[in-house]
Amino acid sequence: MPRRRRLRKVVAPPNFKGYRPYGSGRNAVDYVELFYEEYEAIKLADYNLMNHEEASSLMGISRATFARIYESARRKIAQALVGSLEIRAVYGNAVLDKSWYSCLKCHVRFTIPRSLNQEECPVCASKEIELLNK
Amino acid sequence: MVFLKRGKQMKTVITATGNNFESPFDRRFGRAAWFCVYDDQNQEVTFHENGFADAGNGAGTKAAEKMVELKIGKVISGDFGPKAKDLLDKFEIQMVILQEDDIAVGDIIKRMQK
Repeated sequence: MPRRRRLRKVVAPPNFKGYRPYGSGRNAVDYVELFYEEYEAIKLADYNLMNHEEASSLMGISRATFARIYESARRKIAQALVGSLEIRAVYGNAVLDKSWYSCLKCHVRFTIPRSLNQEECPVCASKEIELLNK
Repeated sequence: MVFLKRGKQMKTVITATGNNFESPFDRRFGRAAWFCVYDDQNQEVTFHENGFADAGNGAGTKAAEKMVELKIGKVISGDFGPKAKDLLDKFEIQMVILQEDDIAVGDIIKRMQK
């Protein structure tokens, strides 16, 4: 039996559902699935410019595992660019590091501390909120 | 007797790049130049300069401690570092992530008053 996959911590999920190429002259495009943890790896390493050591500890995985996820993320993006494929963000093996909610009306993301007993958006007071980590 | 439309009254911090209503919102928390404190009990707004904006390290931690000191109930910013997040979580301060760049502090307050 293979070893159980540890869940990778993701601070915030990507803000998009996917990316689609345009101008490639094809309509029905294939897609690659970019996992949340792969998005997070790219974000930490190439956007926040962390080294792999810091990034891996933030995600609660070993440096080697981080490197593997990072590599697969880069390969998927390269595949998508070269083959003009769609990129879809899918959940993968991620766990969001806290209970974050999203407001369906004004799209802010927020936490609800225990002492605060209200299930509404802190900015627009809308009751239409959604839990991000399912 | 006055009934407020909103539930709990509290102080809100909005991270800002300057010290007036027209100042754009700062998406960084620990390294924001100013903290705009909005008290929804008496609608008062004050600005506090962030003394740790240029600190070498620990800006997020220091900023989070300042939130506790000012008895803040929620913080609106663009992103929170891991340390700041842990601290704010521990002190049960609500974190709000707003992913908009060109919005003035005054507009966010107006949005909350609606």
